[in-house]
Amino acid sequence: MSERRIRVLVAKPGLDGHDRGAKVIARALRDAGMEVIYTGIRQTPAMIAEAAAQEDVDVVGLSILSGAHLELVPRVMAELRARGLDHVLVVVGGIIPETDVPLLQQHGVAAVFGPGTPLPTIIDFIRQHAPLRQASGGTG
Amino acid sequence: MELVDRLRQGDRRALARILTLLERQEPEARRLSAALHRLAGPAHTVGVTGPPGAGKSTLIARLVAALRQRPQTVAVVAIDPSSPLTGGALLGDRVRMTDLTGDPGVFVRSLAARGGRGGLADVVGDFLTALAAAGFERILIETVGAGQDQVEVADLVHTTLVVEPPGLGDEIQALKAGLLEVADLFVVNKADREGAAQTAAILRQMLRLGPRRPWEPPVLLTTATTGQGVEAVVAALDQHRAHLLRSGEWSRVEERRAASTIRRLAQRRLWRRLEAALPPDRWTTLVQAVAARQTDPHHAADELLRALGLPPEEPPPD
Repeated sequence: MSERRIRVLVAKPGLDGHDRGAKVIARALRDAGMEVIYTGIRQTPAMIAEAAAQEDVDVVGLSILSGAHLELVPRVMAELRARGLDHVLVVVGGIIPETDVPLLQQHGVAAVFGPGTPLPTIIDFIRQHAPLRQASGGTG
Repeated sequence: MELVDRLRQGDRRALARILTLLERQEPEARRLSAALHRLAGPAHTVGVTGPPGAGKSTLIARLVAALRQRPQTVAVVAIDPSSPLTGGALLGDRVRMTDLTGDPGVFVRSLAARGGRGGLADVVGDFLTALAAAGFERILIETVGAGQDQVEVADLVHTTLVVEPPGLGDEIQALKAGLLEVADLFVVNKADREGAAQTAAILRQMLRLGPRRPWEPPVLLTTATTGQGVEAVVAALDQHRAHLLRSGEWSRVEERRAASTIRRLAQRRLWRRLEAALPPDRWTTLVQAVAARQTDPHHAADELLRALGLPPEEPPPD
């Protein structure tokens, strides 16, 4: 049991109820050998951060299709920081205009994956970046 | 043991971190587990088991909400299977429990069963200890209830609650043979569906056929989606807890758990010693010799004992 599996929380903040994309990602990450905690639709930023804290995940994946990402993502990041989860890798998927990507990155988002991103791209990114954060932080 | 101090002060982040260390069985896990064991309070531990789709997660969410009215602090450990192919897992029980998030008196943790490769009972045992040390009064463990490792989990709890969906007819006879002995409480969920009353009646009938026991497992009906019947389940959990304490059975559960934990740890440690004591490749050649019928498993097992300097278990047959 000493093997380390990457733990990922997949969450959908906001009010849109389309979680097909989130479920596809959750399954793909599972099939890539990760432990994926799926929390369902209509999560508030506080609920997402609290679940990430209790589950002690390495990665949080947010799926946002509603267009409210500029409002939701900074609030999720603030809630994560408030719980001492600065080390958690945060990635965002969904319909995000190219011009908004730098804004999300300024808030601490590691990567933004738009529609049509090949699943291996997402899996590889998480594999490459999550273990680094695991080693450098997380006991705090 | 700074983490343990923080856990005792109610720091949920420290608790979450400790659970991760215990789950990974990291080097610190052994010291943590030992320290936490002495601190753990008298939490009532409840195993909630039943087939997929019976409504376990939804029922647990309702039970937690009802217990919070008391008010009692509640922790939930939700176990889901791992993929035997990739080792990955999709842990989806939180979907049914989102209303509980944000209540500081509730803590939910998902755990991957890791395909029965052993060790699940160790991890769950350590989780129970850590959550009890963190002061939770009730700890609910959700399992699918199939497979040896999950049977071992049932050995760790005070109360076993079996959730069944309606509609099991004659097949219930074959299916329930094992569960009848371990269940302290049956819940037929989805009581708004056809066949629920009949399923409950069959279960009651089968329980009557069995030997009379000091505790007669009640059979209750719930509709977890609406909350119907949930208060009666909480009352039955309380009654079972009171029964355990009154009859002295509570201590026997604790002793049973202690015995199975010590046994598992000692077996694993002995096995590790054995592997270290065997000459390289001896295990492989021994296995091949038994498979080729050049020797037999009994003599092979005795050879392993000899590697530890122990005499054979019995005099060799003449």
